[in-house]
Amino acid sequence: MEIAVIDYKGGNVQSVLFALERLGCQPTLTADPEVIRRADKVIFPGEGEAASAMRELRAQGLDKVLPTITQPFLGVCLGMQLLGTHSEENDATMLGILPFEVKRFPKLPEYKVPHMGWNTLQRLRSPLFEGLGAEDYVYFVHSYYAPVGDYTIAEAEYPAPFSAAVQHKNFYAVQFHTEKSGPVGTRILENFLKL
Amino acid sequence: MLTKRIIPCLDVKDGRTVKGVRFEGLRDAGDPVALASRYAREGADELVFLDITATNQKRATLVALVRDVARELDIPFTVGGGIGTVADVEALLMNGADKVSINSAALHRPELIDELARRFGSQCIVVAADARFHEPEGWQIYTRAGTHNTGRDAVQWCREAAERGAGEILLTSMSNDGTKDGFALDITGAVSRAVSVPVVASGGAGSKQHFTEVFQNAQADAGLAASIFHFGEIGIRELKEHLRQDGIPVRL
Repeated sequence: MEIAVIDYKGGNVQSVLFALERLGCQPTLTADPEVIRRADKVIFPGEGEAASAMRELRAQGLDKVLPTITQPFLGVCLGMQLLGTHSEENDATMLGILPFEVKRFPKLPEYKVPHMGWNTLQRLRSPLFEGLGAEDYVYFVHSYYAPVGDYTIAEAEYPAPFSAAVQHKNFYAVQFHTEKSGPVGTRILENFLKL
Repeated sequence: MLTKRIIPCLDVKDGRTVKGVRFEGLRDAGDPVALASRYAREGADELVFLDITATNQKRATLVALVRDVARELDIPFTVGGGIGTVADVEALLMNGADKVSINSAALHRPELIDELARRFGSQCIVVAADARFHEPEGWQIYTRAGTHNTGRDAVQWCREAAERGAGEILLTSMSNDGTKDGFALDITGAVSRAVSVPVVASGGAGSKQHFTEVFQNAQADAGLAASIFHFGEIGIRELKEHLRQDGIPVRL
């Protein structure tokens, strides 16, 4: 299976590559539109800041390529947020593949920002989460979130519900770091590779 | 529900794990990659590697270690110890570190925190603060592996670090470190209330009850310890079961 991991100088992609290697895959790190279009699966990792990530995607022409992908696609963390239309993080205009607007977590005394650590997934509704339930924890690190909508396929609470995962056609994305979420995260990656 | 995190800390020197008592008298406590994998299997929520290598080979050794750990480990880990430049941080993140902690360099030039947060995002920039209690001044911040008193107030420095873009504060009480008498609840609580980012409490853990106290009475978001885990005095799973019985949310 050809797995393209999108390289847009967006931060730590090595963890995603290692997680795929632990599953016996040999992913290709690439920004080449041809390699991306040819792959069986496309993974879009992300860390860092939204506006500069979008600048990098535009510089490489990937903002035009990614919305045209037809094979199973998995966005991770910032790679999920970038699928929305807009982010409050430095007023960034995003890819617009999904109709959500990314917002900053409100300042509340008991709730530190970033939302950092292990949290449970709620209201799972996708084959991406086959074999998982409400007792399973995944690892989050983020200060911005996508609200719950029709596109939501899993929720988490901090303290209000937000989108832990979203889907539109072949575009799947998770807010948490599935590559860093222990055996639960590994299961989600395996489920994605089976789509 | 977001859980409280339990974080074993591995002090590494020349690629091996060591743990000092009050920053002195180092003992060999094993191979970092093997220890890291064991902790991940036992339910550790994250790991911290603090590099205390002082040689010129330091950076290359640390990058190689980070790569080895990242290849094996499926939970997040932070790397710290003598990290001073944007290039240092970039090399560690690109090789698989999830977060990088900075300490002396941030106190020497606080703008470094802003630069790193802008470049890599706050989520991967941890500011490690080593504090020691003095009469009558209170808690003061030390640098250079705990050898130099900056004279800066601990709460005030942690607040500045968070405002400049640190995504997490790793607060070590040097007055408690190695004592096994419990975490420094007063300064941990004061810092936790003063900053809006997560606070990791470190220094002094000797019993399961000490973790309960630091979560219930000092609002820590995570508890870090080394020797009690390395020498098998407390198992991660039994610690988490204890915390759950005390009503503290943990991942089991």
